[in-house]
Amino acid sequence: MASISMTVNGREVSGDAEDRTLLVEFLRNNLGLTGTHVGCDTSQCGACVVHVDGEAVKSCTMLAAQAAGSAVTTIEGLAAGGELHPVQKAFHENHGLQCGFCTPGMIMAATDMIRRHGASLDEKTVREELEGNICRCTGYHNIVKSILAAANEMGGAQQAAE
Amino acid sequence: MYKTNYHRASSVEEAASLIAGADDGKLLAGGQTLIPTMKQRLAAPSDVVDLRHIADLKGISVAGSQVTIGAGTTHADVANSAEIRSACPALADLASHIGDPHVRNMGTIGGSIANNDPAADYPAAMVALGATIHTNSREISADDFFVGMFETALNDGEIITAVSFNAPEKAAYQKFPNPASRYAMTGVFVAKGAGGVRVGVTGAGSDGVFRATDMEAALGANFSGGALDATSVDSSGMLSDLHGSSDYRANLVKVMARRAVEAAG
Repeated sequence: MASISMTVNGREVSGDAEDRTLLVEFLRNNLGLTGTHVGCDTSQCGACVVHVDGEAVKSCTMLAAQAAGSAVTTIEGLAAGGELHPVQKAFHENHGLQCGFCTPGMIMAATDMIRRHGASLDEKTVREELEGNICRCTGYHNIVKSILAAANEMGGAQQAAE
Repeated sequence: MYKTNYHRASSVEEAASLIAGADDGKLLAGGQTLIPTMKQRLAAPSDVVDLRHIADLKGISVAGSQVTIGAGTTHADVANSAEIRSACPALADLASHIGDPHVRNMGTIGGSIANNDPAADYPAAMVALGATIHTNSREISADDFFVGMFETALNDGEIITAVSFNAPEKAAYQKFPNPASRYAMTGVFVAKGAGGVRVGVTGAGSDGVFRATDMEAALGANFSGGALDATSVDSSGMLSDLHGSSDYRANLVKVMARRAVEAAG
């Protein structure tokens, strides 16, 4: 057991965990942040995607110890002041989910995608970039629609601010 | 996952000393193969030595035609590097199709070539570019580095620090990804440089990456897709599994090579 410290959703946290503890296990079991899901546990489905130091990674494929000292953002850290994040809002408005299990990973992947591509994000790119996120309900159509709607709104907002 | 001891190295020297002191240690680069393998209990290192926080292992530099990529550089960084896009766009393109975006944010070039997965993309590029693999103790040519499936010329505890190569005049990589896993069923990297044409093939050979020397000779005389018509690929050294027979893979080598030559222009 070692004490592992990191910043999660802007808060300094620490917990005791074995060196073999995965980041997703640390988030869920030590911190009670169960929004990050374990789908396949074989590094393929993307339900566990979180941001580590600003980049989307699979938290089931990283040891908690590897993330010590880093800044981690989970699905719980997206909404600010009781307002849904634009990507969460877009998934809600466009019915971008059915059972909802893959949704946290989808939304974390989507926010990373929009950060990198901005309003220029097109459908082909979204579909390519969703390669690491598996959904067994929707057939992806409304997920793609949600991400494009959010990119449009966020990109538009950025332009308005400039 | 079995129990392991985690160590974080802040320099190559520290990593070398940590791995030397470990009972049965493994170097941990991006971990995108090692961690899943440990989770499946197919690997059970007593210790893992994390290389991800060693600043000296990261970064890309281009001096004239000489390209150097630090072993700890992620696939995302290679894919998005303006310098690589200018010096060797084929390599940036290759990196942009490894795994998925999340894997590319963690996985590194050093980790990929040290693992030498028979279906990994980077080995084909290293062989075709005639790259040099730099370690903490020596330099190894790509031809000598990749020994066999999951096997390299690295000694125990030897750490890859960088790879370097001369930017090719023309190059392209074409892969046929497995429809489910997206790993290369066959990937062919073709490079035309000062030393002639080199063709690296991944995903197909039963001993891992190899050079298609017949194709190199044909393309050396005439760099066009049509020049490959007269060449044949021996299926006896090809992988055969539930994804495709050795004959199927031998055919894919030719098809992907032709596409790569045409893409290189």
